[in-house]
Amino acid sequence: MFDIDKWQEIFATIKKNKMRTFLTGFSVAWGIFMLMILLGAGNGLSNGVAENFMRDAVNAMWLWSGRTSMPYQGMKENRQIRFTNADYELIKHLEGVEFTSGRYYISGNRFAYGNESGEYTAVTCHPELKKVESIEIEKGRFINEIDILETRKSVVLGKDIYDALFKNKEAIGEYVRINNVPFKVVGICLEGGGTRHRNAYIPVTTGQKVFNGANRLHNFALTINANSIEESKAIEDRVRAALARKHKFDETDRAALGSYNKLENYLQTMRIFEAIKIFIWIIGAGTLIAGIVGVSNIMLIVVKERTKEIGIRKAIGASPASVVGLILLESILITTIAGYVGLVLGTGLMEGVNFFVEQQYAAAAAANSGNGETIFRNPTVDLNIAATATMLLVFAGAVAGYIPAKRAARIKPIVALRDE
Amino acid sequence: MIRLNNVHKSYGNGSNSLHVLKGIDLEIEQGEFVSIMGSSGSGKSTLLNILGILDNYDEGSYHLNGTLIKDMSEKQAARLRNELLGFVFQSFNLISFKNAMENVALPLYYQGVNRKKRNKIALEYLEKLGLLPWAHHMPNELSGGQKQRVAIARSLITRPKIIVADEPTGALDTSTSYEVMDILTKINNDGITVVIVTHEHDIAAMTQKIIRLKDGVIAEIIKNGELKEWKHQYNKELEIA
Repeated sequence: MFDIDKWQEIFATIKKNKMRTFLTGFSVAWGIFMLMILLGAGNGLSNGVAENFMRDAVNAMWLWSGRTSMPYQGMKENRQIRFTNADYELIKHLEGVEFTSGRYYISGNRFAYGNESGEYTAVTCHPELKKVESIEIEKGRFINEIDILETRKSVVLGKDIYDALFKNKEAIGEYVRINNVPFKVVGICLEGGGTRHRNAYIPVTTGQKVFNGANRLHNFALTINANSIEESKAIEDRVRAALARKHKFDETDRAALGSYNKLENYLQTMRIFEAIKIFIWIIGAGTLIAGIVGVSNIMLIVVKERTKEIGIRKAIGASPASVVGLILLESILITTIAGYVGLVLGTGLMEGVNFFVEQQYAAAAAANSGNGETIFRNPTVDLNIAATATMLLVFAGAVAGYIPAKRAARIKPIVALRDE
Repeated sequence: MIRLNNVHKSYGNGSNSLHVLKGIDLEIEQGEFVSIMGSSGSGKSTLLNILGILDNYDEGSYHLNGTLIKDMSEKQAARLRNELLGFVFQSFNLISFKNAMENVALPLYYQGVNRKKRNKIALEYLEKLGLLPWAHHMPNELSGGQKQRVAIARSLITRPKIIVADEPTGALDTSTSYEVMDILTKINNDGITVVIVTHEHDIAAMTQKIIRLKDGVIAEIIKNGELKEWKHQYNKELEIA
């Protein structure tokens, strides 16, 4: 099969017909190049947005209480609903709920250490909040179970608070005054995916005790186990129903019990991205078809242009098969090499963009103490897809070359040699 | 060598059919130098194409070198053309992107001769035709006569039994035409049968046998001895005209 002489003949032909070779190759290389950019950009956008969602756990849900807006079981509207520790126990054991944390807010928080002080938010919580809000510990530890049980005066400071109060001094074990009550610093943390770290976390039991909260809770943050929008809605409804029964309000009353289901939003956004992906694929397929048409067109012209040459070759003893072989092998060789070039260029460009984006991201992260912001990340294409697309183009070029080559090979040499 | 028996050929189909050859009986022996003459439309080119297995015929029989040429596959025809025949065309038909040497060597490519060897043989043939200095020139850098000599070298490289030439001097001026005819005569002297189509009487007169076609049939065959007579008659015709 492999015949050096045949390949020498093909290379000689390619070398002497540079324009033709370039045109055939260009349409293939361009098609693959555009496809790579298109798919890469789509992936980059999708990756970037997915990453932004990762700030909190994607399956997070928040619940907060308010005043009822509709009468229920003989009770008037405008009744204040208050959560208590009992509600925490209730939610915690509902089916489908993964991690739960109650929160109690303390107003007017003045944080002070030595001569430094500032206003920050103190969030009282259960240890599970770390998972719900994807809190990253930079140093020390997060609030734990023992803090809750022993109502210890422990505090986990956000990075911004630490920077402002301690200015790079050792903070773990030191005491910070929150509204003039000393708390022992046990950890320094970053908020997952965020750019501001201005929250401090203290055990919920301590918060209630020190700041006169009794057994009250303001809201809940939890994560749920669901794989679809329907499932996550069912869990949300179950939580609402349980709380509505306990506090005697209509479970559809969103003023009495507010809730935000992130998973639902996440899944909806991902659906949009699925749609965008399909759209990109349609455009990609269109690009590919344009490439195929381009290659086919050029092959038709090439064969037409070579009709006389084919006639000469046949007159001096070329068999039809050798004529078809010559044209086909040439076209396959050109399209394969050009496809590969397009692939390399497309991948190269996307890698270049990736490098640039990562640098921007790193710069943004440095400016924002470790948390960059981006909607475009890792814009690369699955190599299998790229290789398949290239092969498809090569194949299309071969088919597009084969039909007219076959016809040309069947032309009587005398017709091909006729003077125009 | 060549034997045609009642060969018919028409082009087109149905009512538009054009009956070009209407029963040709012809015999050409090995080593003959034959010219086919006739006005345009008389079927001389068609006859030459059939002789060269470039075209097929509808009726009758054609024996070439003892084998019946009929309903051949393209592959068989291509092999026979390669082995037995050499072609020379009016418009030279050199491949434009190959140099003189590569053009001459091409028939050997289809015989499976390797590149080095066939280029060497091609150079030998170019030398014979006095074209060695032009071996690496492209066709568009050669004059008409040089191109035709390259084409002749190409037709000779496979050592064919028959050279078929369609108006080999049609695109050349008189002195170059005579040069080309000289070369063809020399080839004929080496024992190769040469068949040319021409409409020029002086060219035809250089051959041993003239076949005159008229409306698809052979009008007359003028043999070697009668040529002088024929030349005389032709000159008289010219004088009258």
